[in-house]
Amino acid sequence: MTTFIALLRDYTFQTVALGSALLGLISGVMGSFAVLRKQSLLGDGVSHSALPGVVMAFILLGNKNTEILLLGALVSGLLATFFIISIVRNSRVKFDSALALVMSVFFGLGLVLLTYVQKIPNSNQAGLNRFIFGQAATLLKRDIMLMAICGSVLLALILLFWKEFKLFTFDSDFAQSLGFSTKKLNLMLSFMIVVAIIIGLQTVGVILMSAMLISPAVAARQWTNKLWVMVLLSSIFGAASGVVGTAASSMVSKLPTGPAIVVCISTIVMVSVLFAPGRGILHRLYRRKRNKLLFKMEGGAPNVPSA
Amino acid sequence: MSPQLEIQLIAVIVAVACALPGVFLVLRRMSMMSDSITHTILLGIVLGFFVTHDLSSPLLIVGAALMGVVTVWLTEMLSRTRLLAEDAAIGIVFPLLFSIAIILISRFAGSIHLDTDSVLLGELAFAPFDRMVIGGVDIGAKSIYITGVLLLINLTAIIIFFKELKVATFDPMLAAVLGFTPALVHYGLMTLVSLTAVGAFQAVGSILVVAFMVGPPVTAYLLTDDLKQMLLLSGLLGAVNGILGYQTAALLDVSIAGSMAVVTGIVFLLVFIFAPHRGLVSSLLRKRNQRIQFAKINLLLHLHNHEGTDEEASESGINDIQTHLRWDTVFTKNILERLREENCIRFDDGVVKLTDQGRKTSVDNYKIFFSEF
Repeated sequence: MTTFIALLRDYTFQTVALGSALLGLISGVMGSFAVLRKQSLLGDGVSHSALPGVVMAFILLGNKNTEILLLGALVSGLLATFFIISIVRNSRVKFDSALALVMSVFFGLGLVLLTYVQKIPNSNQAGLNRFIFGQAATLLKRDIMLMAICGSVLLALILLFWKEFKLFTFDSDFAQSLGFSTKKLNLMLSFMIVVAIIIGLQTVGVILMSAMLISPAVAARQWTNKLWVMVLLSSIFGAASGVVGTAASSMVSKLPTGPAIVVCISTIVMVSVLFAPGRGILHRLYRRKRNKLLFKMEGGAPNVPSA
Repeated sequence: MSPQLEIQLIAVIVAVACALPGVFLVLRRMSMMSDSITHTILLGIVLGFFVTHDLSSPLLIVGAALMGVVTVWLTEMLSRTRLLAEDAAIGIVFPLLFSIAIILISRFAGSIHLDTDSVLLGELAFAPFDRMVIGGVDIGAKSIYITGVLLLINLTAIIIFFKELKVATFDPMLAAVLGFTPALVHYGLMTLVSLTAVGAFQAVGSILVVAFMVGPPVTAYLLTDDLKQMLLLSGLLGAVNGILGYQTAALLDVSIAGSMAVVTGIVFLLVFIFAPHRGLVSSLLRKRNQRIQFAKINLLLHLHNHEGTDEEASESGINDIQTHLRWDTVFTKNILERLREENCIRFDDGVVKLTDQGRKTSVDNYKIFFSEF
């Protein structure tokens, strides 16, 4: 317990935990919309595709400022999204194939650029690798500021366009018939999801980022049928697992932060899927059993073949 | 054999071995499952290592392949609860298993010569250093034999179970009625995919395995409608991508696997744009032709409708047509020009008139569209 209290006073821990919590909060909110729109895996695609952008930004600008690298990531993430959407729209290739192809090709390009950078003499490229696996420990105060600013803008936009996004997510045809531009809403929401992914890259890396987007939302979905409750729960789950994951990795030696956060949020998912009232697996089993009993009590045939 | 030749040989074998099962993944809309499997085999390898304490043990491959199947099973179990969508299930299962693998590696990094970089990214350039020595004789790089066996397994499995795979892919209901258990075919295929991913990751890294599994089949999918041709084409494209990728990498001195993936992407892009029938260019051309065709029919019907009536002058005047049909000036001019060249209309004092030929075409069109078949 004393170590835990000491940990809470530790400056590095405070920074990293704040960063992870912010990340969990933002991705929890944006992830709700991604999951409800059945675009869960877009996060996986975008985060893998961000790699060439990171390296390209470094090659072109020779600068390792997080803002610049993330800007590169944003550009290549958006480019990949554009490719995926236009392949699906203009050919018979399905969404999943287009996603897998674009994502792995972009990642390959990232590797090519990375090996290219390594051969430039005197280029201080060390640290670009951290975007593959993420290194929460390298989070600086200015990174947190960046996350906070982006996060506030995203949250403000969500609040501002709450009605539109809600309508569009659940019934885009109806939204269109009411005169909202679904094209613009789609573009805006996708853009916001991409931004949320990009700002999480530094903490959990390109591979695990998709879990940060999907898991809090899926867990929250089990507890409620209301969008605002889901978004709220999702952000709480995300933020909580960010803090718990960081604390676990600080207290246990050689426990990387990103994976710890992912394990934490996955546990929340499992608990939710099993125990959530109404939808959860246990509750469903219980209901089935009770129905059988009721049926029997009302004089139904005792041996009902189970479907 | 020179190292360069050996690397290219391995690249070609890996690319072909990945492309074959990839065809079925693409057709069954399970491409993202390959992404999932290629990540989770890491956990299989790590667990296998804890059991055997030997990185070159074949048990590692078995463990990894099993883990691939477990991944598929877990994902399907989760999505069968219908509490979450299938893509969300994929996105939850593989990061979890992958995270556990990374945590295990980091915790016990001191005792394992296994770093996540080499599994995820791979390096083909080092493949020739690992020799296969039998009875003191060097008979080539080890990877050639590993990937060769893999290719052989894939080829044999696909040739033997071609009929089953085909039916289960295109019509699972029919397959079930005919007595082929689609679930068995499904898990068989997934085992094959896991095995391939395991065999290939050492050479090209697990993330790029996805590019080789999905890239060539998707490209071939735009070129043919025949399953056998698609398999052949995928294999061929895979091999071409492998060689071109290696040459590019050698030229620029960059990651071989990465450049193979990039070449895969470029080849796809070229086919996507220029493929006959299904390419971007030909489909845009087709759409344009259809638009013109429809406009011609439309105009002829319009003229025929108003022919000889009182309002003919106001309906069929050269300048009235575009307002009535809501076309723009350039398009209207284009259509009128085309119809006049085909001898269907003539201009008479600012009014467009049908010729006999035009009247006949219009009536024929009308019959095609509105008569009962």
